[in-house]
Amino acid sequence: MSLENFISKAISPWMKNEGPDFDIVLSSRVRLARNISDTPFPIAASKNTLEEIIALTGSKFSRKAHRKFGELELLKMDAMKQNEKRVLVEKHLISPNLSDESKAGAVLLSEDESLSIMINEEDHFRIQVLLSGFQLTEGLKYANEIDDWLEEKIDFAFDEKRGYLTSCPTNVGTGLRASVMMHLPALVITRQMNRILPAINQLGLVVRGIYGEGSEALGNVFQVSNQMTLGKSEEDIVNDLRSVVYQLIQQERAARELLMQQSRLQIEDRVYRSYGILSYSRTMESKEATQRLSDVRLGIDLGLIDDLNGKILNELMILTQPGFLQQYAGEILSPEQRDQRRAALIRERLKLEKKA
Amino acid sequence: MLCQECKQRQATLHFTKIINGEKTEFHICDVCAKEKGEFIPGSNSFSIHQLLSGLLDIDQPVSTSETETVPKKELRCDKCGMTYQQFAEIGRFGCPNCYKTFTEKLDPIFRRIHSGNSYHGGKFPKRVGKDLHIHKEIEQLKYQLQQYVSREEFEQAAVIRDKIRSLEKSLEDNKEG
Ligand SMILES: [Zn+2]
Ligand SMILES: [Zn+2]
Repeated sequence: MSLENFISKAISPWMKNEGPDFDIVLSSRVRLARNISDTPFPIAASKNTLEEIIALTGSKFSRKAHRKFGELELLKMDAMKQNEKRVLVEKHLISPNLSDESKAGAVLLSEDESLSIMINEEDHFRIQVLLSGFQLTEGLKYANEIDDWLEEKIDFAFDEKRGYLTSCPTNVGTGLRASVMMHLPALVITRQMNRILPAINQLGLVVRGIYGEGSEALGNVFQVSNQMTLGKSEEDIVNDLRSVVYQLIQQERAARELLMQQSRLQIEDRVYRSYGILSYSRTMESKEATQRLSDVRLGIDLGLIDDLNGKILNELMILTQPGFLQQYAGEILSPEQRDQRRAALIRERLKLEKKA
Repeated sequence: MLCQECKQRQATLHFTKIINGEKTEFHICDVCAKEKGEFIPGSNSFSIHQLLSGLLDIDQPVSTSETETVPKKELRCDKCGMTYQQFAEIGRFGCPNCYKTFTEKLDPIFRRIHSGNSYHGGKFPKRVGKDLHIHKEIEQLKYQLQQYVSREEFEQAAVIRDKIRSLEKSLEDNKEG
């Protein structure tokens, strides 16, 4: 398969859009946890019960057209190959937990992959809506619609006092987890994150670096999400998160401007070095790739690089993960082979862009 | 506040554990929590439940001579069989009925996890929730009715009484429909 073809098939259709504030907010996600009334949660349910839930959900909701999301396809975990599941995890459509730990797990996927409903993860249902850019309000709206749609056919475990009942007490009430992925290179370079993070934590929100272990957020990509699910309305939870994200966007923009005014040479040097390395290297670990891609994306957003599209960061961050590299290669690869393939894929991808 | 493990990063995780009857406070950063496999906020890792179980332990009997001699009656969910002890260990409920079974112990736990809240303030399911809304409204109206009656404002009281009747009728209709 040609790279062009592979990419167009591999990348979730929703990712091909550029949502609002796409230069900083890569994606928005809204998740609702739901369970069936009078039924043990997956942790305490028999495999049989869980299989029945999958069968029931499949018969009621797969291949039925929803007016916004269209037909949903049911994928059972035990019918998938390890690498196929890994690819879904790398696309954030299922959790590692569902892929590897569930006694009997499945997922309902919309064609554009902006909706996934995990079945028998920690809860019977995890409705998840993924959108490009800063679209939390829209995400909540769609997740609510799907929730209502499921509720037409399923009695949810609900208590007037405690709200939607979930297996873990950290999700009870609304069952809502809203999050955004943000690219904040200028705040990191100007060392402002250390000041900002504690303040955000105090507001009851969680920030963590993704891609990478340990202290640094590799690729300067952070996930910001709500922590509490009980006591506030869904709208308030999302609005509180939104206002913090909005402020982060403003601060990142201000920091970018400052960098261009005060350290233009250093920034240009950093951006073009990374661009050069990505364009010509022959082997590259994922850690380096993630950092270089962040630099190049910053260069695009600052107008320093004008022959590349901003979507390249989102796309390559996903495509250069092990599952995708192996899918493209059509075989299981050793770490060394993956580093080689990663460098090659990035080179080819950049060339593709310049041709276009 | 700095993390007590690495003393370098800002502590983001604050919780109290009761160990041997003594209250101990913990302040840890995300990184150290992750390294120790204790907690990654927002993720589904098993570790979050280990942390929670520490938090839920607040209820374990303190070893005084009294509690040692009087064995505590253990709470057990009659639907899924989970005991409170098990819940405290794994940090997860076994079924919806566990919430009812352990309800007397849940308020302080929820308040800790959810910034002081222990009651739901969000969405009601449309079908199941419809009746719940009505029950809630009837309760409030009955309270108002009492107020009017005690103040001998019978005209208003009659209005409220009619409202209650029509709501009760809609409950009946829901049952039949
Ligand atoms: Zn630490
Ligand atoms: Zn139970």
